[in-house]
Amino acid sequence: MIKYLFAKEEDIPQGSAAIFFAFSSIVWFIVGTGLGSFNAAKLAFPDWFTNSYMFQFGHMRQVHVMTVIFGWIAMAFAASMMYITPALGNTKLWSEKLGVWNCLLWNVGLALGLATLWSGMTSGREYSDFIWPIDLYIAAFIAVPWSLNVWATIVNRRTQGIYTTNWFFAACVFMTIIVFLIGNLPEFFHLTGLNEGYMTWWFAHNILGLLITPVAAAITYYMIPKITGNPLYSHRVGHLHFWSIVVFYSTPAAHHLMSSPLPEWLKSFASVEGVLILVPAIAYVCNILLTMQGKWTMFVENVEIKFTMTGVFLAIPLNMQGGFHQTRAINWYIHGTGWIVAHAHLALLGFSTFAEAAAVYYGIQVLLRRKLYSLSLANFHFWMLLIGFSLYWTSMTIAGLIQGAGKVYEVPYIDVVIAEHPYMIVRWLGGTMVFLGNIVWLYNMYMTARAGEVVPEGRLPHEVAYQR
Amino acid sequence: MAFREYNVGSICFGIALAGSMMITIFFPTGDISNIPATEISLDKQLTYGYESGFNYWDPFLNGKNKPLKVTLTKDPVTGQPMDKTVAYVFKPGVKFPNGIYKPRILGHGPKELSERLGRISAADDSKGAVFVIKHGTYKGKETPYIENVTATKGWQPEKVLATAGDANTSYAGAGKTMFIREGCWWCHTLLPEETQDWQTFGRPPMTGDFNGESPTAFGSDRKAPDLLHVGSRNSSREWMMLHFFNPRLVQPHSIMPRYNYLWGKTDAHGNPIDLAKWSKEYQEFYEGKRIYPPEVPDYRPDSEIRYLIDFVLNLK
Repeated sequence: MIKYLFAKEEDIPQGSAAIFFAFSSIVWFIVGTGLGSFNAAKLAFPDWFTNSYMFQFGHMRQVHVMTVIFGWIAMAFAASMMYITPALGNTKLWSEKLGVWNCLLWNVGLALGLATLWSGMTSGREYSDFIWPIDLYIAAFIAVPWSLNVWATIVNRRTQGIYTTNWFFAACVFMTIIVFLIGNLPEFFHLTGLNEGYMTWWFAHNILGLLITPVAAAITYYMIPKITGNPLYSHRVGHLHFWSIVVFYSTPAAHHLMSSPLPEWLKSFASVEGVLILVPAIAYVCNILLTMQGKWTMFVENVEIKFTMTGVFLAIPLNMQGGFHQTRAINWYIHGTGWIVAHAHLALLGFSTFAEAAAVYYGIQVLLRRKLYSLSLANFHFWMLLIGFSLYWTSMTIAGLIQGAGKVYEVPYIDVVIAEHPYMIVRWLGGTMVFLGNIVWLYNMYMTARAGEVVPEGRLPHEVAYQR
Repeated sequence: MAFREYNVGSICFGIALAGSMMITIFFPTGDISNIPATEISLDKQLTYGYESGFNYWDPFLNGKNKPLKVTLTKDPVTGQPMDKTVAYVFKPGVKFPNGIYKPRILGHGPKELSERLGRISAADDSKGAVFVIKHGTYKGKETPYIENVTATKGWQPEKVLATAGDANTSYAGAGKTMFIREGCWWCHTLLPEETQDWQTFGRPPMTGDFNGESPTAFGSDRKAPDLLHVGSRNSSREWMMLHFFNPRLVQPHSIMPRYNYLWGKTDAHGNPIDLAKWSKEYQEFYEGKRIYPPEVPDYRPDSEIRYLIDFVLNLK
C-alpha cells in the first residue's frame, strides 16, 4: 500500500483504498477485542496481572472502546464505502490516492490517540475520551477526507438516481463531521458544568445513532439485494427509514441521562423521541426481511448472507430494547447497570459487526477477484462470533438485572458484586471467543489475498463460491 | 451539480438536521445555563479548579496547577482564633475555575453577589488568590456567593497555607484529576439516581450542582457503589489507605483494582516500596502460609495516593 501513496492516480488499482481499510479494520478488531477480553478478565479476576499503571482496568477500558469504535467499526465502514459507493454509482472511487492516504492517516491518528489515552491523557468524557488535539485530527484528517471521497464519488456517479445505501453513506459521513465538531465543543471552548455532561452524551448518542447504526443498515441494503439477486423490497420504506433516522434518531440524546438532574422537559422529550426510533427500526428490518423472500436457503448456504442476516436479526432485539429502555417506567431499573453494557454490545458487536464483517468478507473477495480461502474457517469465525457474543450478551443482561434488583431493594453493594461474579467469568469467556475467532478471520483473509482461487472474469465470487 | 434532482431532499435534510440541533443543543444548553449555581457547585469548582481532564497546564494529568482546600481555625492575618472556615487557596499561576473568569455561568444571584460583595473581578491568577464561600441575600432569597478574601481581607495564599498547616490542607483538586486519570468513574458513579438511590447513596445532585465543573464525569456504568457522598459514610483515612493499596485487604469480595502504584517509589519514611515482594507476601497470606497480610506502607504527603484519598474523603 505504501507504494501507492506517491503513485499517480491512474496507476493505483481500483479498490486499493478499500482493501487497505479492510485489512486495517480486521487488525484493529483483533486489538480491540483482545483488549476487551483482557479487561473482562480483570473484572472477573481482580488480582490477576496487577501492580502496573498501564494495565490497570481504568486505563484500558476506554482504549478498548475507542479501538473497536474508531478502529474496527468506523474503518470497516470506510472499507465498505470505498467499494460500495462507486459500485452503486457505476463509477470509480473519486480518488484512490486520497483513500489510501486517508487510511494511513487514520491508522496513524488512531494509534496516536490510543497511545495518549492509554498513557492517562484523557478528557474524562465517555466516548469522547480523546484529548481535543486528537479530536481535531480525527475531524480534519479522518472524517473530512473520508467524507470528501464518498461525496465526490456520488456526485460523479454515472447512474441517474442515488440508491438508498448511498443516501445513508453521504448523509452519515457528513453528520459525523458535524457531530465531531459540535460534540467536542466543551473541550474546544472549555464549556463546563451540566452543559459539559449533556454534550458528552449528545456526542455519544449521535456518534452511535448517526454513524454506526445507519451505516451498518446501509451496508445490508447493498449486501442483501446484491448477493441474493432480489431487488430491494421497497424504496418507499427505505425513504421512511432514512428520513425517520434523520428526524428521530438525532434528537433523544438526553435519554442517556434519564436519572440525572437535566431539565425535566428535555428528559420527557428524549424519552418520547426514543420510542419513535422504532419507526426507522421497524421499517428497516421489515424491508430487509421481505427482500429475502424466496432466497432464505442462502441464509444457510452463503456465508456473507449468513453474517448480514444475523446482523439484521440482532437488530430486532436491539431496537426493541433501544425503543423502550429510556422510558421512565423501565429506565429506573436498568440505568447504569450491565444491561446497558449488554445493549451497547448488541449494537456494536451484534448488529453492526455482523453486517460489516459481511461487507469486509465480500469486499476483499470482489476487489481481489479471489474466492474465499476457506469457507470452513469463515463458518468457524461466524460461530465464534455468534456464540461468543451470545454468551456475553446473556451474561451481561443477567448481571444487569441483578444490579437493578440490588439497587431497587437496597442490597449492600458487595452482595451484588458477589452475585455477579459467575457472569463476569462468562462475559470474559464470550469476549475471548470473539477475540480468537477474529485471529482466525485475519488468517483466512490473508490467505484469501495470497492463495485464494482466482474468480473468472465476469463472475462474482459468491456465484462460484460453492463450485469446489 | 449532479445533486440538483435532490434539491428538495437536500433542503429537507438541512431543515431536519438544523431543527434537531435547535431542539437538542440550543434550547437545553440555554436552559441549563440559566440555572443559578448552588453552594455545592461553588464548592466543587473552587476545590477542583479550572479543569480536571486534559488541559494545557496539566497535560499528563499529574494533578498540577490545582487549588488547595484548607480548613482554618485562626485568622491568617491577625493570628486570632476564629470559627472554622474553609478557604480555597490558589497559589500564583494556578488557573481559577470557570466561575471566576466567566461569572455569568454562576447564574443570576451568585454572579451579582460574587462581583459586588465578593469582588471576584479583582482576583488575578498571576498573583494568586484565596476564596471563601459566603451567603448573602439576593432579591429576598438567601444566595451563596464567592468572596475573594485576598481583596476583601488581604489573605495571601502563602500565609493562609502556612496558618492551616499540611494536616488541614486537602489536595482534593489534584485528587479529582487522579479520579479522572485512573478511571475511577468507569465503575463508581457520582450520581445517586433520583428514583431509588436516596436511602443507600444519599441525596441526588440538583441541576445547579455542576456549574463550572469540568469534566463532570458522573459516570454511566455502575459496577461499584456510588461515591457522591462517600466521605459522609466512611471518613477513615486508614481504611482508604488499605483499600486503595489492595481492596481485598478490607473487602475480600471486592473486584476493584489495586492502586498501590500511586504510592510512588518510596514511602513516607523514604524506604523504597517493592510491589512485587508485597504481592508475593500477600499471595502467601492468601494461601494461608502467613497469619497477617504484609504491611501497607505509609504514603508520602505529596504522593498521588494522598491526592486521591483527599478527594474521596472530601466527597461529603
